[in-house]
Amino acid sequence: MSIWTTFHKWGSPRWFYQFSGRLLPWLGGLSLLLLIGGAVWGLALVPPDYKQGNSFRIIYVHVPASAVAMGAYMTMAIAGAIHLIWRMKLAAMVMKAIAPIGASLTFLALLTGAVWGKPTWGTWWVWDARITSVLILFFLYLGVIALHQAFENREAAAKACAVLVIVGAVNIPIIYWSVEWWYSLHQPASIRFIGESSIHPSMLRPLMATMAGMYLFFAWAMLLFTRNEILDRERNTRWVQDIVCGNDKNAESSSVL
Amino acid sequence: MYFDSIGELFAMDGHGPYVWFCYGITALVLCVILFEARRRRLGAEQRVRGVVRRKQANAHKVKGKE
Repeated sequence: MSIWTTFHKWGSPRWFYQFSGRLLPWLGGLSLLLLIGGAVWGLALVPPDYKQGNSFRIIYVHVPASAVAMGAYMTMAIAGAIHLIWRMKLAAMVMKAIAPIGASLTFLALLTGAVWGKPTWGTWWVWDARITSVLILFFLYLGVIALHQAFENREAAAKACAVLVIVGAVNIPIIYWSVEWWYSLHQPASIRFIGESSIHPSMLRPLMATMAGMYLFFAWAMLLFTRNEILDRERNTRWVQDIVCGNDKNAESSSVL
Repeated sequence: MYFDSIGELFAMDGHGPYVWFCYGITALVLCVILFEARRRRLGAEQRVRGVVRRKQANAHKVKGKE
């Protein structure tokens, strides 16, 4: 199969709907298992940090939410670029689907960060580069949601959002390296892809679990939102009507949310 | 378990409220995302059914005229 055939197949809402339906139970089950398991591990089993004490346990929800909020934005930017370059309808639906999920995760990152800051730094908020750039990420997500609602025409909305999302992507490397460029209250990354991580393996393992769980949760939610978007936009097609009215025997049950 | 008792697990040497709040709000936000997905699914299904109903009504009208 050539790369173009694959590309066209992936761009077909019908194929995507059916394929994603098979992934949903796995993504949902595995993400909840990892999130709940990692949370119990991080809350009750690992010893406290020698300096921060028990407040460090917030790392197991704060870091995954922040990392996935950034990853979600990059996914949205790639979908936006694909939509602009190849006019793929499905990419526009993915872009629209990610915005509310990304906004929720960024909100979580900011809120858990503030609550972690109080016992650790003595303050809920500080206008440093990391926190301010994450706040900008939150506004970018809200901007994409608002822009989608501002247009009557779907095509025009998708185009405007794609441009906003791509331009806003410059914020992602700024968030990532802000803790290195402008040293402030926020600590630099403890996990490194190159070189040694500064976190003890016993503390790292539950973090890997909740991190993987959060990524899978994001993938799960993204598919659910995209599928809803597909049903909505393709409601005049026979295959969507067959699925909703229960005439499609091949369709997976709609009970998986 | 690292802690000696359930009480200590909740108190976490004074950090309990901060830690438990963060885990609670995370669980809540993730649940809200799933509920919102469900709500949108039901809305989309309803609109698809509306299209099907209109289609059937039109088909009946055409039949009645014949």
